[in-house]
Amino acid sequence: MSGQSSGGGFLMSVVVHGDSALNEQEKELNQRLRRLYPAVNENETPLPRSWSPKDKFSYIGLSQNNLRVHYKGHGKTPKDAASVRATHPIPAACGVYYFEVKIISKGRDGYMGIGLSAQGVNMNRLPDITFAKAGWDKHSYGYHGDDGHSFCSSGTGQPYGPTFTTGDVIGCCVNLINNTCFYTKNGHSLGIAFTDLPPNLYPTVGLQTPGEVVDANFGQHPFVFDIEDYMREWRTKIQAQIDRFPIGEREGEWQSMIQKMVASYLVHHSYCATAEAFAKSTDQAVHEELASIKNRQKIQKLVLSGRMGEAIETTQQLYPNLLERNPDLLFMLKVRQFIEMVNGTDSEVRCLGGRSPKSQDSYPGSPRPFSSPSHKASSSQPYLTGFDSNCCNGVTSNKSHSSSPHSHKPCPPGSGSTLPASDISLNGSRSQQPITRGSSTAVMSKLPASQSNDVDMEVDHFTNGVTESSSNGFLNGTSKHTTEPDDCDADMEVESAQSKRQLCGGSQAAIERMIHFGRELQSMSEHLRRECGKNSANKKMLKDAFSLLAYSDPWNSPVGYQLDAIQREPVCSTLNSAILETHNLPKQPPLAQAVGQAAQCLAMMARTGSGSCAFASVDDYLH
Amino acid sequence: MQEVTATSRHYVDRLFDPDPQKVLQGVIDMKNAVIGNNKQKANLIVLGAVPRLLYLLQQSSSSMELRTECAVVLGSLAMGTENNIKSLVDCHIIPALLQGLLSSDLIFIEACLRCLRTVFISPVTPVQLLYTDPTVIPHLMSLLSNSLRTQEYITQIFSHCCKTPEHQTILFNHGAIQNIAPLLISPSYKVRMQALKCFSVLAYENTQVSMTLVNVLVDGELLTQVFVKMMQRDQPIEMQLTAAKCLTYMCRASAIRTDDSCIVLKTLPCLVRMCSKEHLLEERVEGAETLAYLMEPDVELQRIASTTDHLVAMLADYFKYPSSVSAITDIKRVSPVCSAVEMYSYCPERLFSCPITQLCSHLLLSLDHDLKHAHELRQAAFKLYASLGSNDEDIRKKITETENMMDRIVSGLSESSIKVRLAAVRCLHSLSRSVQQLRTSFHDHAVWKPLMKLLQNAPDEVLVMASSTLCNLLLEFSPSKEPILESGVIELLCSLTQSDSPALRVNGIWALMNMAFQADQKVKVEIVRCLGTEQLFRLLSDPDTNVLMKTLGLLRNLLSTRPHIDQIMSSHGKQIMQAVTLILEAEHSIEVKEQTLCILANIADGNTAKDLIMTNDDMLQKIKYYMGHSNVKLQLAATFCVSNLIWNEEDGSQERQDKLREMGFVDILHKLTQSSDPNLSDRAKTALQQYLA
Repeated sequence: MSGQSSGGGFLMSVVVHGDSALNEQEKELNQRLRRLYPAVNENETPLPRSWSPKDKFSYIGLSQNNLRVHYKGHGKTPKDAASVRATHPIPAACGVYYFEVKIISKGRDGYMGIGLSAQGVNMNRLPDITFAKAGWDKHSYGYHGDDGHSFCSSGTGQPYGPTFTTGDVIGCCVNLINNTCFYTKNGHSLGIAFTDLPPNLYPTVGLQTPGEVVDANFGQHPFVFDIEDYMREWRTKIQAQIDRFPIGEREGEWQSMIQKMVASYLVHHSYCATAEAFAKSTDQAVHEELASIKNRQKIQKLVLSGRMGEAIETTQQLYPNLLERNPDLLFMLKVRQFIEMVNGTDSEVRCLGGRSPKSQDSYPGSPRPFSSPSHKASSSQPYLTGFDSNCCNGVTSNKSHSSSPHSHKPCPPGSGSTLPASDISLNGSRSQQPITRGSSTAVMSKLPASQSNDVDMEVDHFTNGVTESSSNGFLNGTSKHTTEPDDCDADMEVESAQSKRQLCGGSQAAIERMIHFGRELQSMSEHLRRECGKNSANKKMLKDAFSLLAYSDPWNSPVGYQLDAIQREPVCSTLNSAILETHNLPKQPPLAQAVGQAAQCLAMMARTGSGSCAFASVDDYLH
Repeated sequence: MQEVTATSRHYVDRLFDPDPQKVLQGVIDMKNAVIGNNKQKANLIVLGAVPRLLYLLQQSSSSMELRTECAVVLGSLAMGTENNIKSLVDCHIIPALLQGLLSSDLIFIEACLRCLRTVFISPVTPVQLLYTDPTVIPHLMSLLSNSLRTQEYITQIFSHCCKTPEHQTILFNHGAIQNIAPLLISPSYKVRMQALKCFSVLAYENTQVSMTLVNVLVDGELLTQVFVKMMQRDQPIEMQLTAAKCLTYMCRASAIRTDDSCIVLKTLPCLVRMCSKEHLLEERVEGAETLAYLMEPDVELQRIASTTDHLVAMLADYFKYPSSVSAITDIKRVSPVCSAVEMYSYCPERLFSCPITQLCSHLLLSLDHDLKHAHELRQAAFKLYASLGSNDEDIRKKITETENMMDRIVSGLSESSIKVRLAAVRCLHSLSRSVQQLRTSFHDHAVWKPLMKLLQNAPDEVLVMASSTLCNLLLEFSPSKEPILESGVIELLCSLTQSDSPALRVNGIWALMNMAFQADQKVKVEIVRCLGTEQLFRLLSDPDTNVLMKTLGLLRNLLSTRPHIDQIMSSHGKQIMQAVTLILEAEHSIEVKEQTLCILANIADGNTAKDLIMTNDDMLQKIKYYMGHSNVKLQLAATFCVSNLIWNEEDGSQERQDKLREMGFVDILHKLTQSSDPNLSDRAKTALQQYLA
């Protein structure tokens, strides 16, 4: 803010006065920059937003939030020229970058240069090293108003465009895909000025004679030139390049690879009926037994519906040594169980809450959705971030945007249509149906592992065989509204959820059970520490969970997020991966891995200066 | 060969089977046999399948399925060669298919429309056939709402069959705009594209259509905005280009201002982009031509275009085709021929047998194609340069400084293609408006030489441009004037003055006028001799005012400097005086009369020529009359004349002064000294001083 420092008290009032307008401008700037450069990660590579008060020669004065530049030297010889750079270099992930400069006054001679320069070696020697006007020195590129010439790292210019003067708006566009630059004058493109530009250039202006004043627009205001139209052209070009990218030479190889990826994805997430149908129609073998898939599916369903006690029990039954070998996993599950108890959703507290018997009578008409993991509409998690830690989390949360199984998306055309239609419609309807859980806890926990949880309830309607074959008909939903305790009759549920959520569902017995369970958990934690040493993650997990009890309304407390159903997803996927690992199956589906790789690849492109990453967002191909 | 004909014969025979079911199967088999097989198509046509198919198609007793299949087969036949189309049209396929459109069966209608579309988009089909039955257009309009296919085919037919202002009016009067506008936002790209093409042909040079278009709303959005969206850079090039054409035509028809942002910031940049190297040759040609047309009348657009995307330099690339890259492909094309020639050279008698000649003709065809494109590119570039440089001196300088520009124009003037010659001379004409260029580059490159050559036996449109350019080259400061004179141009120009085209007559006489300005006696005599007084007087009564003005200008230039005046007046005085009298007596504009009075003043400046006026009392009365005219210009010219007549120091000035005093001129001069116009009062005072001396 060096530009304002000299003004003292008088200026202060002006600044205060302009505050709201300033905020408006700031907001507009942020919005525009986000829209123009969605691929830029500003934590890594901030965008230029103003001229740098530090990176300038002393003959340059800044004002108006460091957007206005004026010349304050003698301006007698070319040696008196001076320049200023923007606060940050242009990030490659912009793809196409653009800024404009309005000539407020051409001053005495209008010797103004607008352009780009690399980080200078020595600030004190700015005039003769970094440049006189933009374009006179090494890695310095400029377009000069007095003669209309372009200067590319040398003192001799090339005839380039028209001259410019007071009132003109000059734009500078850097194409980071082909490393070229063109200028605009009053909204008209003047054609390529430079090619083979180096990376990390800063927007720069240079002035040389008294009275010269220019204003920059880094996105604070709408641009005169239609840069978005130009960007559209490049986006189309890049996407066409991707679309036309040559794939495997041999016939069908590509397609079968895609099919394998889709099938493995379906299996991983236990969409067993879809996986089965897909495998059948694409003529593939499923590498996991159907029963095993269904087991995983059942466990996931329990976790996602908050019934952790049953989930743990079922896991122990189906995969006897799994949790013994993974005490940390077990601990995590238990902590989650504790949270679910607070929530009133865990089976152990629910049966004490006196509501479960009702649920037996509350089946919706068949077909009932079949539980698939993690369909959360509330997911706001950034898609690409969670890949390394929770392998499937990113993918599953993305899913919730569409009500049809998004795993169909990557199928090549043709194979997609082979998926059973009923599955899609069920998924579609799931979100509208208030969730009505199938089975009572008591019965559920006693069920033999191999049986479907619906069977005993619906014996009259389904023979075992029918259930198998019409497995598409299983309830697929359950998780959409899982912030509500998830059983009983729908109307009641909604009401109770709306009126007031009570600790452990409001039952005194349940609260006691919860307290007791908490003590067990505490001792388990101590035991674990003795056995395996300190584990800060576990410690924090437990602390956070216990913190819930410190508030009278845990749901609206700072730690209340833990009660959100979405928090079940990482637990669910960790458990799922652990089970898969015991079967020597990959803990992350290849599809998710490929998506994650693509995202990493784009991030790497951004870091290494490949501008085309701006127009190749993975999201564009997954929606 | 015979075998093929036999199977073809079999297909035709089956069309005559008494069993309708078998006929249907026959048509279906025929359909499958002709797809993509031009030879089969030709065979079937020769064997008379078309009339039978048309008969089946028109029979109301035929099943809808059969009629539809017939239309499909006919459509397939139409997809073949131009000869196929000719045969189909000769069999009256168009009225039969148009009749079919009255059916209520949509599938059948679509098949008929598809076939009609294929027939009408062929250059060999007379467009007029669409308009012979006045009920056809309204019916087509009503079919537009039926399906995406009818929309695509009908709009495509319209855009190909709208060639004249009459066609535009017919379509316009039948509600083309309201019916087609909604199709611009159709979900089908093909429909959107064809609808857009319709608007471009409808709006071309048509004020009525253009004025209507600017007010049309499509889904609540102004049509111009819809066009602007279609020019977005992620749209297909074809769509961007056609939308730009629509806006260009609307702008040229004065429906959109040239400073409207949709022209300045959208259409113009879009068209400049179309000229870039990355686009197809056809697109570059069309882009350049449309851009030239857009900015022709507006210097501001010319200035903007001249600095947009290095357009002037970009156009230079238009002359680099066939480029080195296509030369390589040429070699590839040639090499099979070469190796074939080499192979046959061992057996010379077979060298000219079938396969090699086929190869050669193929090669020639593709060369021909390249050549045509090269011509098209060059003429488009010349046109655009002409338009760019038509007003602004700086732009002209920029153009002439483009690499080899003058050489390119010079060679363009003598190219075989008329289109290129015409465009080159237009470009030259545009640049010849620059005094600086006339003095420098025009002279350095001796452009007058090819220009003179071009003037021999060129078609009128070329002649107009060439002679107009010549006018500028003959301006007195042009260094080319001398060599042109020596090349015997006078005769050529005199012959132009006898042309039926007013533009050519103007240019001929204009050039002569420029040539006579401050010219040698010899040149003047030569002009008068060559033109002949008869022709001169004919031109003085020319219905075209421009011709008359330039002829008077020529006379005035001829009658300058005393010896010249006397010489010409001594030989042609009588006729000239006669002509002057006639013009002064007739109904003419002030400018014409002023010019005539100036001629008279020049005559009055001669030594002996003066007498022709002094002895003509009628003429003196006329001069007197004009001295008292209400128009100052005429008064001034008449006073000039008197002033010359009474000028002292010349033989017989005393007598002339006396005579004019007697006639009352002095009184008038006194009156004129009181004139509010300072020029006139000064002139009158100077004249009166002659009496005082």
